[in-house]
Amino acid sequence: MSMGKPLPHDAAPLHVTGQARYVDDIPLPAKALHLAFGLSTIAHGEVTSLDLSAVRAAPGVVAVYGPEDFDEVPDCSPSAHDEPMISTGPVLYLGMPLFLVAADSHLAARKAARLAKVTYAEKPALLTVDDALLADSRFEDGPVIWVKGDAAHAIQTAPHTVEGRFDVGGQEHFYLEGQVAAALPLEGGDLLIHSSTQHPTEIQHKVAHALHLPMSAVRVEVRRMGGGFGGKESQGNALAIACAVVAARTGRPAKMRYDRDDDMMITGKRHDLRILYRAGFDDRGQLTGLEFTHLLRCGWAQDLSLPVADRAMLHADNCYHLPHIRIESHRLKTHTQSATAFRGFGGPQGMVGIERVMDHVAHTLGRDPLEVRRANFYAAMAGGALPGGEVGLAETAPDRPPVDDEVDLTSRGAVAAPPGGASPPGPPEDIFEQMRAGEQTTPYVMPVEDFIGHELVARLVKTSDYAARRAAIAAWNAGSPILKRGIALTPVKFGISFTLTHLNQAGALVHLYQDGSIHLNHGGTEMGQGLFQKVAQVAAGVFGVDPGRVKITATDTAKVPNTSATAASSGSDLNGMAARAACIIIRDRMADFIAGKHQVKPDTVRFQDGTVRVAGEVYGFAQVVAWAYLARVSLSSTGFYATPKLQWDRKAGKGRPFLYFAYGAAVTEVVIDTLTGENRILRADLLHDTGTSLNTALDIGQVEGAYVQGAGWLTTEELVWDGKGRLTTHAPSTYKIPACSDRPPVFNVDLWNRPNREDTVGRSKAVGEPPFMLGISALYALSDAVAACGPGYPALDAPATPERVLAAVQRVRAHV
Amino acid sequence: MSQIAFHLNGAPVRVSAEAPTRTLLDWLRDTRGLTGTKEGCNEGDCGACTVMVTDATGSRALNACILFLPQLGGKAVRTVEGIAGPQGQPHPVQQAMIDHHGSQCGFCTPGFIVSMATAHLNGATDHDDQLAGNLCRCTGYAPIIRAAKTAETAPVPDWMRTDRDIICSQISPGGEGEARGGQAAPLPGFRPRTSDDLAAWYLANPDATLIAGATDVGLWVTKQLRDLSPVAFLSGITDLQQIEDHGDTLRIGAGVTIADLRAALAPRFPSFGELLRRYSSEQVRNAATIGGNIANGSPIGDGPPALIALGATLHLRRGDTRRDMPLEDFFIAYRKQDRQPGEFVEAVTIPATAPNLRCYKLSKRFDQDISAVCGCFNLTVTDGTITSARIAFGGMAGTPKRAAAVEAALIGHPLTPATADAAAALMAQDFAPLSDMRASAAYRLTTAQNMLRRYAHDLAGVPVSVLEVRA
Repeated sequence: MSMGKPLPHDAAPLHVTGQARYVDDIPLPAKALHLAFGLSTIAHGEVTSLDLSAVRAAPGVVAVYGPEDFDEVPDCSPSAHDEPMISTGPVLYLGMPLFLVAADSHLAARKAARLAKVTYAEKPALLTVDDALLADSRFEDGPVIWVKGDAAHAIQTAPHTVEGRFDVGGQEHFYLEGQVAAALPLEGGDLLIHSSTQHPTEIQHKVAHALHLPMSAVRVEVRRMGGGFGGKESQGNALAIACAVVAARTGRPAKMRYDRDDDMMITGKRHDLRILYRAGFDDRGQLTGLEFTHLLRCGWAQDLSLPVADRAMLHADNCYHLPHIRIESHRLKTHTQSATAFRGFGGPQGMVGIERVMDHVAHTLGRDPLEVRRANFYAAMAGGALPGGEVGLAETAPDRPPVDDEVDLTSRGAVAAPPGGASPPGPPEDIFEQMRAGEQTTPYVMPVEDFIGHELVARLVKTSDYAARRAAIAAWNAGSPILKRGIALTPVKFGISFTLTHLNQAGALVHLYQDGSIHLNHGGTEMGQGLFQKVAQVAAGVFGVDPGRVKITATDTAKVPNTSATAASSGSDLNGMAARAACIIIRDRMADFIAGKHQVKPDTVRFQDGTVRVAGEVYGFAQVVAWAYLARVSLSSTGFYATPKLQWDRKAGKGRPFLYFAYGAAVTEVVIDTLTGENRILRADLLHDTGTSLNTALDIGQVEGAYVQGAGWLTTEELVWDGKGRLTTHAPSTYKIPACSDRPPVFNVDLWNRPNREDTVGRSKAVGEPPFMLGISALYALSDAVAACGPGYPALDAPATPERVLAAVQRVRAHV
Repeated sequence: MSQIAFHLNGAPVRVSAEAPTRTLLDWLRDTRGLTGTKEGCNEGDCGACTVMVTDATGSRALNACILFLPQLGGKAVRTVEGIAGPQGQPHPVQQAMIDHHGSQCGFCTPGFIVSMATAHLNGATDHDDQLAGNLCRCTGYAPIIRAAKTAETAPVPDWMRTDRDIICSQISPGGEGEARGGQAAPLPGFRPRTSDDLAAWYLANPDATLIAGATDVGLWVTKQLRDLSPVAFLSGITDLQQIEDHGDTLRIGAGVTIADLRAALAPRFPSFGELLRRYSSEQVRNAATIGGNIANGSPIGDGPPALIALGATLHLRRGDTRRDMPLEDFFIAYRKQDRQPGEFVEAVTIPATAPNLRCYKLSKRFDQDISAVCGCFNLTVTDGTITSARIAFGGMAGTPKRAAAVEAALIGHPLTPATADAAAALMAQDFAPLSDMRASAAYRLTTAQNMLRRYAHDLAGVPVSVLEVRA
């Protein structure tokens, strides 16, 4: 049985020897061109003149393209057609591409791109959420508001209330491999694109659109990315389109990669936001009513901001049952980089907000925040693994997608596509009335049927020795004037599925060759998460062979079409199932064949340990494959999977957007310096729910890495813009992701390795995003340490840099 | 035509007709097709381009993205493609990285492998420090450290020692197996072997750029895209690379790397040693020199505040003329130093002991970050009374600068919390710091004051460092 085995990443031997090939490593044919964008130096205004003569005259330059070189400047947006590849005149953020240079080397292109003489009519820029609110600058007509119960009344009648304001910073992806793409012209105007993208179909669609080609004329191949984290869901479009345009116009191969500083100046980041909250609660800290306002800074273009903001709302409850809640979400348009997908896709922003409320409530009551958290948990899952029954939603008309070749239906941004891209009809109201009758619904009235937080947290409390350590820390703090320690346990409940329901589909293509070797292809992309190995293990499991027999191949739009982005943690859930389906089709054909030969029923045939067992005989797998070939049995198949049970009306904020939830919890201990705010994570204990793990080693790797990345978001990773809209932290010299010694020196990671109650591949659960939010415990451990310094509430904003920690120390001490 | 000769993965190569500021990284990838070495940031901060460079003094991890080809003359370079054995046998760190799941996306992995193999060769087991200059965004580092620990006990493979053998068999220490540059050297740059050669050439070429470790100048090329010619590469000047023990003083040559400085000073000045441990990364410390750190004049370099607190004397040379000055007098204003055209930093002299020296570095991230504030304190306390005070800060002004008013307020008093409080209040007289992406002005001022309080606690034995707390 290959599933569940802790096999190494399939490419590990290539990684460690430098042989793993990334887009920039692919040798290009002779005469390849190298591209660079010239960037704006103001945040908002109009280009009044663009003199490119010096750029054209620069050494090595072959071609320069300004807006006048296009009848229609290609669009790079995954949603609202609001991202011209280069500005058509308006400048909407500092770093916006204004023109495109093609030169005979990367360096020549970069040098030339700085030689333009640009004049601007500068306008005041909207840089902050306050600026945007004042100007009513936003995406969508107004805030999105979801309501369950009567929060205002519940707060008004509550024994206690808190309210507050919480600023949460964004995050740069800092994939180690920057954005890169290459385009090779093929015969007849066709194109082959190599792109570092999580979304090959999106690249295919956008390139086809830019060049007025059918999608069938564009093939996109992705072997691997050097990290993605959401930053390569839509942000690679511009590079691929630029390469395609230049390749089409010059007939020469074209490659573009952003220098790191350009990458950080041009591309979007995690949405920063301000969260306003007001909560009513009882003496135990149980919340009776809660109001959230999310003010998200979306930047200059819509990109994926609407579904990101939705997902922030969808995670405003985390593990807590909130009978009366109102969430108001503002998607603010500013003159900054266009915020985009980033691991968790808004979920972390929503979750860190409710955890702030829990922390604040506990502080107000003088209780252990863990007690308050547990008091608010959803009720436990009913005993045993429930059958994955339907939720009782009436059958509704199938989605009727708009027929408009400009709308990229495979993008998560498609939800807000222009007229024609209407949301699918939601379930009838009475269904939600039924749901509301139950105790266990989320703010968007989805029943929570699989809550395992109680048992999971209980185990973690025990294994981490939380209670004794909490007491020991209090004692230690009493004797330590300068340094203070803190500890926090925070839980995670993360919804799994794309909230744009139709994206929850996947395809795979499997070939068995006559020698018994297996060629596996599917729509998912490999960005380090080990997806290919997991899917290979699934495929090998179906055939009962060693995973080494499965050849993992590059993602290719010519092999599996119409793929969804490898995003939303869906990679193995969707593609694993699709590959499994394909393998089962072939295996069934083989079983039919060999059973027929032995005059037995096909379901008596067993594929295991590299053999095929039938009617008391044991044959080698390859032998049976060869016989099947000779008997003219088809040994190739596609496979397909569509996630069941999903119904979602995003406008109303009601339905079942998720097939299931993934859970986890983390305990983090920290120490702070009350003179400088410097802080350190001392220990972390993580327990994370992966269902029945497909590969425990890869899953633990995801959990560990996600925790450190999540903790980085909330501690050292600070994005700073100056008053003119210039991002001043645009390189690793100024933007600080966690370094080696920032990982917890004591780091205990364990998996909650129990089957998913839903019928997922191998009963596993998605693992890409959920553990990112385990890092939230670091922020609240810091809050706990600060709270040891005085009577006030720390109200610690994020990221909790030394400066913010020191400010919080001063705040709690000043409190009277 | 001047040529650069060096060894690449065990084989000799000669490079000519290259611009003097062609980086090793670009050459490896574009000219040699060795694409295992990656570009992650092109500024020496991420380590994806790490290569091992060996000369007669040892093997070191360096960042290829800010390493110019002429700096390699006479040395041996080993890239990730040269870490496995000649028959493809995995190096112990490679096998351990596979076994411990140390790679995910794999893009940083070649740099890690080279750093780990270099540390393994050198017997270094301070993995957090060895790998502080290698960023990984996927794994959270834990499996990488597990791999490094596992590989510790494995013997060094034979092939990893060959670079040292090659170097030692054919050339003298610091030398180059090739023609020397001359006064009017064509590309690729002037490569003097003695400080006398440099002094004469620089006098004749006062507009030239002097390149020692290229850890800052490298970015002038890779980020600012500047043309630097004419340039002189100083790494072959062995007489500038000496640390001389004169009994009660130490004279440190300008060409001493931060790594060598750390090794020499950490036993004498543990706190300065700790500051140097956090000075950028292993790769940068192996290249950067103390002379460059001073001559660069950065207000946020970590060397000058500590040296000023020690009472360092700077030695400058112009042609055959030498002059000395207190180091603090060298820094006139932001990026403006008391240095004449054609004059260069030759050495710095410091006292051999300073038991009360404490150096505090404050940055967003502990390792491999630039200081928001770097405060260095050196008081002499005689019979309970402060008799002399040298306090210098980086990050608080346009230059590294002493806290004169604070120093004056301390002298004649005992070092108590009350004295520290009173003196700290004067910090605002000494400094009007700026706000930038690293810290606000108010935070800088507050923490500078608090560093003095920390110093009082520190000398009194109260724990003050979060780095010393364990769970």
